[in-house]
Amino acid sequence: MKVGVLALQGAFGLHEQVLNRIGVAAVQVRTPEELAEVDRLVIPGGESTAISKLLDANGLGDPLADRLADGLPVLGTCAGMILLAAEVVDGYPGQHRFGAINATVRRNGYGRQSESFHAPIDIEGWESAFPGVFIRAPVVESVGREVEVLAELDGVPVLCRQGPVVVSSFHPELAEDDRVHRWFVERE
Amino acid sequence: MAAESISGRETGTTLVKRGLAEMLKGGVIMDVVTPDQAKVAEDAGAVAVMALERVPADIRRDGGVARMSDPEMITGIQQAVTIPVMAKARIGHFVEAQILEALDVDYIDESEVLTPADEAHHIDKWAFTVPFVCGATNLGEALRRISEGACMIRSKGEAGTGNIVEAVRHLRSIIGDIRKITQADSAELFDWAKQLRAPLPLVREVAETGWLPVPMFCAGGISTPADAGLVMQIGAEAVFVGSGIFKSSDPAPRAKAIVEAATNYRDPHILAKVSRGLGEPMPGLEIDGLETRLADRGW
Repeated sequence: MKVGVLALQGAFGLHEQVLNRIGVAAVQVRTPEELAEVDRLVIPGGESTAISKLLDANGLGDPLADRLADGLPVLGTCAGMILLAAEVVDGYPGQHRFGAINATVRRNGYGRQSESFHAPIDIEGWESAFPGVFIRAPVVESVGREVEVLAELDGVPVLCRQGPVVVSSFHPELAEDDRVHRWFVERE
Repeated sequence: MAAESISGRETGTTLVKRGLAEMLKGGVIMDVVTPDQAKVAEDAGAVAVMALERVPADIRRDGGVARMSDPEMITGIQQAVTIPVMAKARIGHFVEAQILEALDVDYIDESEVLTPADEAHHIDKWAFTVPFVCGATNLGEALRRISEGACMIRSKGEAGTGNIVEAVRHLRSIIGDIRKITQADSAELFDWAKQLRAPLPLVREVAETGWLPVPMFCAGGISTPADAGLVMQIGAEAVFVGSGIFKSSDPAPRAKAIVEAATNYRDPHILAKVSRGLGEPMPGLEIDGLETRLADRGW
């Protein structure tokens, strides 16, 4: 299995490191040709405005939409979650919104950097809490019925799944805990 | 990333502060002096803006004492864009930093571009919730800033010159010494710490990991997409562009081109494409002809 990490901007290097650590060959994706070769994709945190523009600049907008429509398993963290969501509040005009998960997210919903935080996250069915790191993170305001909420923090969803699409408002690549990545690459 | 046990909900931790720097990697941080320029930067795909009253080229031209920007101007820029907003405090001026923290900026640059306020001490950056970036010309300087709590290092270069040579020198010095340290044995690391005037535990960490414990970006003299490609291929993880955009003849397309260059820095065909027809870059200065060497500020 070939796992790609969208490497336009942001924490793609850290995702790659975690994947390599758990024995998965990860490749950086910057072009449509590279995207065509991957079986799973991680869309990392970063600035969603910048990543969105770079998707256009590198001709990846339509190919990514097509792969998502074909059911490409994808993990979107923070900015990745914003790009995959159906609705974005306080987004940047014209920003890509792939609508791969039926959720409404508020960009920078947790506030500026002074409000960035970490907190233990209880994930359904997991033995111990996962270290959640939230950096100028998006807030999930609502999800559709087809979305499964896997973890909440103070009543707000922070880890969600809809079919092959998994999104988190926190950054599993910043934690020294590879369980989210393992789960993403091992799930059917 | 530094191991840190996560038990309760906490803000301002090392993990959270270094985390924002991780999110800016592969991106371009642009100096802006007005809300309109900040919009141009955001539209071009900047990952953050640095709000200041004058770009380094003008600070250099005007001379005199350069200080923290007017809070009103910083607030105006915060209101204009959705991306992170950084601002500069003078070296050692911890009260300017307190004010910038009160303004809720996302990152503080303790910067040699402003006139230093303290000739011996940098700011104790551990005392703040807001993260700091500091400049460095060599590995010792970088590790001293990290020991004071900096969560991002940028090579200093020579700001406001449009001349990349100093940035390249600083990057090569930092990365070259990191390579040497990874080859050193445990006894030699004591001497490295002494030579670098840097704390031994940080020197050991660099020897073990082969990199700084925080992201390293490049600043000072970047004015073309090729410049961005050059410093990224040498090893910078993102770039700051100061005067290079808004002192050029046509800022918006140049800003966009530098953003695309930072992402596609290994692809000469894309670099060739984005470098076309950008108009005049900012006027450049020879380093030997400078009255003030900003990179010499900091200790």
